[in-house]
Amino acid sequence: MTLAIEAEGLTKTFGETRAVDGIDLAVKPGTVYGVLGPNGAGKTTTIRMLATLLLPNAGSARVLGHDIVAEADVVRGLVSLTGQFASVDEELTGRENLLLLGRLLGFSRGPAGERADELLEAFGLTDAAERLVSTYSGGMRRRLDIASSIVVTPDLLFLDEPTTGLDPRSRNQVWEIVRVLVAAGTTVLLTTQYLDEADQLADRIAIIDHGHIIAEGTSAELKASVGSGALHVRLHDAGARPEAERVLAVTLGVSVERDADPAALTARGATPDRIALGLAELVNAGLTVEEFALGQPSLDEVFLSLTGHPAEPQDDDDNEEDAA
Amino acid sequence: MTATDVSTTVERSVDAATLRAALSTHARPPRPGRGSASVTFAWRAMRKIRHVPMQLFDVTAFPIMFTLIFTFLFGGALAGSPRDYLQYLLPGILVMTVTMITVYTGMALNTDVTKGVFDRFRSLAIWRPAVLAGMMLADTVRYTMAALVVIVLGVVLGFRPDGGPLGVLAALALIVLFSVALSWVWSSIGLRLQSPETVMQASMTVLFPLTFASNVFVDPDTMPGWLQAFVNVNPITHLTTASRELMHGHMDSGAIGWVLLWSAALTLVFAPLTMRLYSAER
Repeated sequence: MTLAIEAEGLTKTFGETRAVDGIDLAVKPGTVYGVLGPNGAGKTTTIRMLATLLLPNAGSARVLGHDIVAEADVVRGLVSLTGQFASVDEELTGRENLLLLGRLLGFSRGPAGERADELLEAFGLTDAAERLVSTYSGGMRRRLDIASSIVVTPDLLFLDEPTTGLDPRSRNQVWEIVRVLVAAGTTVLLTTQYLDEADQLADRIAIIDHGHIIAEGTSAELKASVGSGALHVRLHDAGARPEAERVLAVTLGVSVERDADPAALTARGATPDRIALGLAELVNAGLTVEEFALGQPSLDEVFLSLTGHPAEPQDDDDNEEDAA
Repeated sequence: MTATDVSTTVERSVDAATLRAALSTHARPPRPGRGSASVTFAWRAMRKIRHVPMQLFDVTAFPIMFTLIFTFLFGGALAGSPRDYLQYLLPGILVMTVTMITVYTGMALNTDVTKGVFDRFRSLAIWRPAVLAGMMLADTVRYTMAALVVIVLGVVLGFRPDGGPLGVLAALALIVLFSVALSWVWSSIGLRLQSPETVMQASMTVLFPLTFASNVFVDPDTMPGWLQAFVNVNPITHLTTASRELMHGHMDSGAIGWVLLWSAALTLVFAPLTMRLYSAER
């Protein structure tokens, strides 16, 4: 079986900055592959190389069996790219945007128009079809952007941070679109800064930092490697905090932090079993728990655990990602 | 964003069933030809003029103002009567109008690059120069439209070219030819600079002195020698002289020769440069 994406030692430098530093990827066809990392980690650069917009300095990659450098033109015919900043034309209407793409992909006038109407309907944009895109909301723009990418259904779709800056409802819509696309047989490579997005959509996830892949696997594998999420406890009586802290530290076997809230504690890295026991021990000790919550490991926690540094934007190559 | 309130009322959810149907129905058509792709990009530019006609007229408004001010305020003093001066001024205003709107080419290109639309075009399997070819095609139409506005205004005010329609047409052709060549300069600048505004500033910094230190408004005979030296090598002067003479029924082959030479030179230097900057990574 030909892999949808096969990259070996893919590297891109901008001046002194190694934006992407030897990345290996193997993406099976018909799956969603998530590339997770903070701003400036090299996600966009990786996608731009795979979509033939940038030439790698070293390493090689084959997309759907074709070399991204030697057979760039073939690759372009098989993939679609939805960039980080909605790559739609703001000074045209939604329908005109789709007509434009339809014509550029080789449809004649009539079929291009039919295809545009069909996609507008499918993406819930029929009522806004004749409006200039500059009047669209962020979610509508994103949907039009994705619609533009599937005027001809691609074999492989690159989605660069498809939900960054979207409200929760629009985000859910984009997720739904991705699921339908994959069910229809398209392979999707998506980048994201959000662990839950990768968790929701991706079959496999690569975590990328400073141009390196620092972890790869299914969502479950990655979470297991990081340990479970954080336990947040809020006590009825702030005075009982030192006692609660001691009980939790003993039962959970991890360090317990005091939150800014004088009655709250946070414990990271404990297993769910231990957490259940810990809560029971608090009750046994006569400490009233007013509320508790279990957080999924956040991207920050995954990063902290894997790299020892927080997932903050890396300023040095941030500019490159923005300039794209 | 003000549009948000409007859009929420229009916004509907994505329909999974329709989406599934939309995904399964179409096969991949054959790739478009070079001509077809170029015409599609020209269509795109023409639609934009229709949606935002200002890009044609805010730059035209300025020369119209100049025509009115110069004709009626200074015309009598400069040429004996406003009407006589208009015969001299109008071809110059025409040159000024069309050369000034060439900067929009660079701005439009820069907007495409900074907004990310270019990434999509570059990731398509199309003949790459089609984007630029289409742009130049649309520019030709845009320049002709702007020129017609100025000519009609002139005729209304009393401009009566001795060369007749044929002379005007010849002058128009020469102006459009030079302007398309000049557009390549702004398009290469547009691909290099950071924002449409800086492109506008850079272009105007070049164009303003070129337009004013020329024979667009007055005969350079009374200017100081150093200024005359510049005016006489300024391509805008050659273009104005050639157009003025053509419109009034004379053929100044020297000036026409210079214009053709400048057009060829600008195209030969800046068209390949634009092409290279366009294909370059960013």
